[in-house]
Amino acid sequence: MTSSAQGPSRPGRRQLLRAGTAGAGVLGVGAAAIGLDRAVRDGPPASASPGAVAVAEPAPQGGASVPFYGAHQAGVETPAPASATFLALDLHDEVDREGILRLLRLLTDDAARLTQGRAALADTEPELAAEPASLTVTVGFGPRLLERAQREAPSWLAPLPAFEIDELDEQFTDGDLLLQIAAEDPLTVSHAARMLLKDARSFTRVRWVQRGFRRSPGVQAPGTTMRNLFGQVDGSANPQLGGEHFAKVVWIDEGPFAGGTSMVIRRIRMDMDGWDEADRTAREQAAGTRLGDGAPLSGGTEFSHADFEKVSAHGFAVIPEFAHMRRARGVDDGEHQEIYRRPYNYDVAPPAGSSAISESGQLFVAFQADLAGQFLPIQRRLAELDLLNEWTTPIGSAVFAIPPGCAEGEYLGQSVLE
Amino acid sequence: MFRISRTTSTTRTTRIPARSVVLPRRAALASLLALPLAACSAGADGGSAASDEGAGAASDGGAAAGSGAISVTDPWVKAADEGMTAAFGTITNGTDADLVLTAVTTPATDMVQLHETTSDGSGGMSMQEKDGGFPLPAGEDLVLEPGGDHIMLMDLPKPLQPGDTLELTLVFSEGTEHPFTATVKDFSGAQEHYAPGEDDEEEADHEGMSGMASDGGGEHEGHK
Repeated sequence: MTSSAQGPSRPGRRQLLRAGTAGAGVLGVGAAAIGLDRAVRDGPPASASPGAVAVAEPAPQGGASVPFYGAHQAGVETPAPASATFLALDLHDEVDREGILRLLRLLTDDAARLTQGRAALADTEPELAAEPASLTVTVGFGPRLLERAQREAPSWLAPLPAFEIDELDEQFTDGDLLLQIAAEDPLTVSHAARMLLKDARSFTRVRWVQRGFRRSPGVQAPGTTMRNLFGQVDGSANPQLGGEHFAKVVWIDEGPFAGGTSMVIRRIRMDMDGWDEADRTAREQAAGTRLGDGAPLSGGTEFSHADFEKVSAHGFAVIPEFAHMRRARGVDDGEHQEIYRRPYNYDVAPPAGSSAISESGQLFVAFQADLAGQFLPIQRRLAELDLLNEWTTPIGSAVFAIPPGCAEGEYLGQSVLE
Repeated sequence: MFRISRTTSTTRTTRIPARSVVLPRRAALASLLALPLAACSAGADGGSAASDEGAGAASDGGAAAGSGAISVTDPWVKAADEGMTAAFGTITNGTDADLVLTAVTTPATDMVQLHETTSDGSGGMSMQEKDGGFPLPAGEDLVLEPGGDHIMLMDLPKPLQPGDTLELTLVFSEGTEHPFTATVKDFSGAQEHYAPGEDDEEEADHEGMSGMASDGGGEHEGHK
């Protein structure tokens, strides 16, 4: 998972020493350089206080940063960090093409600085920018932004067709501009979101905000497939980051969005109370996978190919016809029905006055080069039949076009809008 | 009360860890390592160096200090529909000559002043034109920030909109000019309400200053 070119850089002790040595070789202030280097990365030097030992422990991960500039935007082919805020913004009525370009320049400059641990221009809380904690800011366009910018929207850039399982709530649906702000630390995410929103305020209003979480850094080995709030291992079938296969699945290879991708974000409410009533066998049958390790019910490990032909001693399919994994798999050998999921869990306060004890689910986030060819067939099959639908309800849905990355001096979306 | 950095090489070195909150590791190193060069560089150019524009890194000031140039780091201007506004940023004198910033010009308006902010002795802040301009000794920084010293733009003939860029030129006493480009940003602070034509300093106070950043006090010096 960490083979991605956009993976966070965590300078190790050896690099630290090398940096110091280089300084000594060049200017003879190596010792000072090492001290500075450590101070920069670790904060103030440990004093003689009782807490000094803890301060001297391995460097915290707050300094890790993900490159901002590049062929692709960061935040897609980047290991998903612990905390994410998704913002959908709607353009004010009077904002025209020229205004959109000004907005994108501001957001790009903010993102370029904040993701590298630097305060944004006019940042009123610059200290909160100091720990980027693998922060990424990813920008997506809704159809109306492109229309307003006088550029043709791709044919697929539209709300998904209505599915029978949907109970969409307007407050989590659609939007003109998406900001995916994610980092290993929620305080970093909050500050970045606030800074970006302050610069967007003249141009947009907030349509919806959705916050999600995954495991905190250091809790599991990097690359471990996440579990959702049903306890299921969720995402085993994802393409590996950093490979040619990933590029084929995710990155658009021609047209104005070449180097970009399509993004689907759906808020999936999970009926935890109903799930409580399902015993372990029923849960595994619904998913088609084992809860313990995520392996298909046909055997093997989390990453083993499922044997959909395998039948039990009683003659029943080991992976039932209604099982999620059977319905979700690409059934098109060669037609490339595959998506890259980068979901987050959500767990918010239940509605005021309700008797519910929780309100939680998943921010389902999927990236794919070809929305119509890759995502929609899978979604249609799941909407038709998937026992997990018994406990899940899509309550929000939006589609965005993710423009490619940009180089220094450019703004995000420039290749699409100019 | 001048908020001009008085840091020398020695004090600057000790300050860097505190400043590191806005510096990536490498930039901080460069800033430190550049100092010996700046101190012994002879015949440094008087300041015809290229400007550091809005996209410039926070490290540019430090790096430029070694190249004998004047540089402006992180310049920005508060958006305004009309009237007046202010420009901010950090000006670094990387040359070996002591300079005085005497004026700033911009196509945005003909009326530009250099303002300092001082405590009025009763807990409030007072802004006034800085007589004679801002001294900028060799190797030092001039930090222009909300609540502190700033470049005042008045009588704006047209709005400065967020995301616009604005050309500005620093004019130093001996005639050196240094152009740079600032980004226009929405900003809720720095609420300048200047009453032009009033001579009395007290009456020329900018309303709203008491609600501004608390670091505008006279004690502030050096980098934030």
